Amino acid sequence: MNVKALLPVLLLLAAPVLGQGFAGLGTEAQGFARPAPGTVLEFPADHGAHPAFRIEWWYLTANLVGPDGTDYGVQWTLFRSALAPETRSGWSSPQIWMGHAAVTTPTRHFVAERLARGGIGQAGVTAAPFAARIDDWRMAGPDLSALRLSASGPDFTYDLSLDTARPLVLNGTAGYSVKSAEGQASYYYSQPFYTVRGRLDLPQGPVPVTGRAWLDREWSSQPLAETQEGWDWISLHFDNGAKLMGFRLRQQGGETYGSGTWVGADGTVRTFGDGEMTMTPLRETRVAGRDIPVKWRVRLPAHGVDVTIEAVNDSAWMDTLFPYWEGPVRITGSHGGRGYLEMTGYD
Amino acid sequence: MIRATLAALMSHWWRHPLQLVSLAVGLALATGLWTGVQAINGQARDSYDRAARLLGQNRFATIEAADGQRFGQARYVALRRAGWQVSPVLEGAMRVGDLRLRILGVDPVTAPPDAVPRTVTGGGSLLPFITPPGVAFAAPQTVSALDAASGLPALRVAEGLLPGVLVVDIGIAQRLLSAPGAVSRLIVAPEQPVGRAPLADVAPGLVQRAPQARADISRLTDSFHLNLTAFGLLSFAVGLFIVHAAVGLAFEQRRTLFRTLRAIGVPLVGLIALLGAEIVVLALGAGLAGVALGYGIAAALLPDVAATLRGLYGASVPGTLDLSAGWWLGGLAVAVLGAAAASAQSLWRVWRMPLLAPAQPRAWARASARSMVAQSALAAGLAMAALALALWGQGLVAGFALLAAMLLGAALALPAVLSALLWGAERTATGALAQWFWADTRQQLPGLSLALMALLLALAANIGVGTMVASFRQTFTGWLDQRLASELYVTAASEAQAARLRTWLAPRTDAVLPIWSVEGPLAGAPGAVFGVADHRTYRDNWPMLRIQPGAWDRVAQGRAALINEQLMRRAGLVPGDMLRLPGGHALPVAGVYSDYGNPRGEAMIGVDLLTALYPQVPRLRYAIRVDPAQVAALARALVEDFGLPPDNVTDQARIKAMSLGIFEQTFTVTAALNVLTMGVAGFAMLMSLLTLSTMRLPQLAPVWALGLTRARLAWLELGRALMLAALTMVLALPVGLLLAWVLLAVVNVAAFGWRLPMHLFPADWARLAALALLAGGLAAAWPALRLLRTAPADLLKVFAHER
Repeated sequence: MNVKALLPVLLLLAAPVLGQGFAGLGTEAQGFARPAPGTVLEFPADHGAHPAFRIEWWYLTANLVGPDGTDYGVQWTLFRSALAPETRSGWSSPQIWMGHAAVTTPTRHFVAERLARGGIGQAGVTAAPFAARIDDWRMAGPDLSALRLSASGPDFTYDLSLDTARPLVLNGTAGYSVKSAEGQASYYYSQPFYTVRGRLDLPQGPVPVTGRAWLDREWSSQPLAETQEGWDWISLHFDNGAKLMGFRLRQQGGETYGSGTWVGADGTVRTFGDGEMTMTPLRETRVAGRDIPVKWRVRLPAHGVDVTIEAVNDSAWMDTLFPYWEGPVRITGSHGGRGYLEMTGYD
Repeated sequence: MIRATLAALMSHWWRHPLQLVSLAVGLALATGLWTGVQAINGQARDSYDRAARLLGQNRFATIEAADGQRFGQARYVALRRAGWQVSPVLEGAMRVGDLRLRILGVDPVTAPPDAVPRTVTGGGSLLPFITPPGVAFAAPQTVSALDAASGLPALRVAEGLLPGVLVVDIGIAQRLLSAPGAVSRLIVAPEQPVGRAPLADVAPGLVQRAPQARADISRLTDSFHLNLTAFGLLSFAVGLFIVHAAVGLAFEQRRTLFRTLRAIGVPLVGLIALLGAEIVVLALGAGLAGVALGYGIAAALLPDVAATLRGLYGASVPGTLDLSAGWWLGGLAVAVLGAAAASAQSLWRVWRMPLLAPAQPRAWARASARSMVAQSALAAGLAMAALALALWGQGLVAGFALLAAMLLGAALALPAVLSALLWGAERTATGALAQWFWADTRQQLPGLSLALMALLLALAANIGVGTMVASFRQTFTGWLDQRLASELYVTAASEAQAARLRTWLAPRTDAVLPIWSVEGPLAGAPGAVFGVADHRTYRDNWPMLRIQPGAWDRVAQGRAALINEQLMRRAGLVPGDMLRLPGGHALPVAGVYSDYGNPRGEAMIGVDLLTALYPQVPRLRYAIRVDPAQVAALARALVEDFGLPPDNVTDQARIKAMSLGIFEQTFTVTAALNVLTMGVAGFAMLMSLLTLSTMRLPQLAPVWALGLTRARLAWLELGRALMLAALTMVLALPVGLLLAWVLLAVVNVAAFGWRLPMHLFPADWARLAALALLAGGLAAAWPALRLLRTAPADLLKVFAHER
């Protein structure tokens, strides 16, 4: 669960109170639409933007390998943040866009960030044919089954082709994903089955890569409870073809609230609720003045999962306007594989 | 030993409190005038820097249209979509009532951190900022000045913004400035992604400019501040004359004491150290007073300076002072350095003084006679330097160097010239008394020469600056009559209103002449291009300095341009040369017009060509030709029937009054500094005469003993002072006129780009002469009165105490 799309909300509505951090994400969402259980998601329309909701994102992470077997991670994210639940053309549009892109190698972590106003053609998403873009960054294809992905930063660019013939995975209950015991929720679906081929351009030169990618689509208006301070989120590709998405939201006082989705190697989807998956920090590292757990034990007894995940690069710090940790991980234990780990709210 | 020596040295000041006062006051005045001017300049520069910082121009590169005009925001979006990290800015002027506002539209979302004020980006919610009518951030005084103004965004106070600037969202700025979809320039973020397409491929016609260390405005106002600095320097020099005189006298009078102290065993080094310490302590005390005085002067003059800068250059400078600790310390340092410079010669003399030299003031007079020769040689050298600078010097600095060399040379030559005149008078005088009078005057000359030099400088500066200002006023008034030939000037609020206005005015007037202009670079500096209609108003009245035959026809056909004098001088263009307009269109120059009071280069082209080259030019302002008898009725009808706001209708008389008002303000500061300089000179004279009068008893006593009454002696003293002041005035006149010529023909041309004809104003000289005599008379009155009241016993004592 990539609640970091709430970052722009913080940025634009609560910029003077930076100290408030991720705990400020549970603010009241007056006037905005709220997710309702029982809503049927419609495609391709729901691939596009939902301006009546306050926050939304198109979030792609890829675990890639170079010709020499080196692990690489790629992130491409477009956030939409609405200041008001409406669209207007021109500068008065209350829709604000933000992009994050990153390339992680075992020794380096490259980050770039983009910001844009809605209404003037600088950024936006169309559902069919599908295109999500901000500035020169693009994630586009005829539809979600075949995408071209590109981004650039001061010291990197990448250009990847993503393909899959598999269906979308609806998280939670038919795409309605509950985030707290109080009932905060979002619409949330994923496409975890992409195969990737393409090229990274890094300071040391171009690197041809192949691998797997995972797209998350989520929109909401108030997905966090007021007492929630941050989260730990994983998306794991197991070598046997199974996929695991899981998260735990950390509450004040040490309580957590968790949930997730298991996709079996045969494509069967099983979602699970709070308490079924446990995440235990095993090792912390000092990044950007914070202690961040970069090695975890993850157990999901219902599907026989007991694995250790460890960062490919401990320093995968997203030094963006609102910073967080996001990077590729290696999986060992009951299952092997690669995946992505995201952690916010460690101040 | 040290304490005893110190007490002995100090006792001098107890016995001569006036010397102490003159030293302290001279130093305080010098420091005060200098630091005052520095404070004003510093404040203005700080404002320019803030203006540049506000736009990020001093740290970020910018992308602009090659012709300097606004361009469509689609090009901004195209650049962003090509990867360029740029942020749009729309800037423009807007009038609300009598207030001229600068609208600065920014995009807080894409602006690089610190490119826009933190108060704006961190000032709360973004939604009201970008949603019409929007939120505008402004300086506290601007917010209160705009209180209750309608049609503006909600106002929020933001500290650190310049007065008159409204920072709004770019979308709000486009509405306020009636410029939908327009962008003035793009701020280029320092960090750009790799592999983006070249600027020329993505947005042809846009060019990137490097960060500018200085704001454009400071280039225009440099000359104004240089003028102020020159005046401050002059005042400082005059003040130091006083200090030099006072220190010199104090040292001379203590020669006996020094000799005695040395004789009883005080080491020379110790004596010098104590004297040095004495100077430093005095300098610190007087410097403190001077810095306070400087603050007062700056605070009093700054509102006028601010008004001038706003009126003349459109530069916004707050009318209040905001000074750093560095400024205060700098003022003290100036005082100490000035005192050190003024007393270096005296300390040197003590160092070299033979232990057994006769310790009488007379020795000083003879030594001064020798130094007069050296001074005259120096004066001759300075005169040669001035001549060389006048012949071959280039630019403003050379102009001021010429001024300095000329004034200093004249001042240094004064004692020799006066001495020669007095010597001549002595030779032609008949009768013992007359001969004594001239000889005695000449004998006093060394003691008075510094004060007289100060007086000469003050008088010359007064004549020079006065002549320049009066010449300027006369030329300017005549020029305004030519330039403002139309009866009425109107400004529409929008393009739509302007169109209706043209239709409405057509049947009611003789002619409606557009005043449309675009801003852009001319010859590499900020400039403007005006469109001119083909109408006899221009052919008959426009103040042309040079014009080719058929120029107006060619301008009307779009085949030639007229330029102002500033542009002619700055770019070295003469009629026949080609002028490149912003955007690259080139036209031959067909004539040059005078354009006083305008700091920028300007060109005039046919109005049809203007609209063809710059289709987006605002078409809001018009000059109206109408029967003068109908002006009042038409102005009323424009407001009551057509519905223009009263502020948008201005008649000729009001514009003239406003222009003259700005002009007068420009010279308020000059006049104030002029008066202060005069005051300093008068004070110097008083102090010199007072100190001399106590030393002169030995010279006067024999004359008194020979039968001249004290009253007669006192009158002679007074007459002598008046005569010296009059002579100085006579000598100051040519120096002042020369100064005026340099100011008009060299400094003004280099500083402002225009040359004014020089007019002479003898009535002003007569007034100044009277003032000089009054200053001399007042300065001499007190010493004369003291002489009158000297007890005969004191005069007798002279003979008893003769050494």
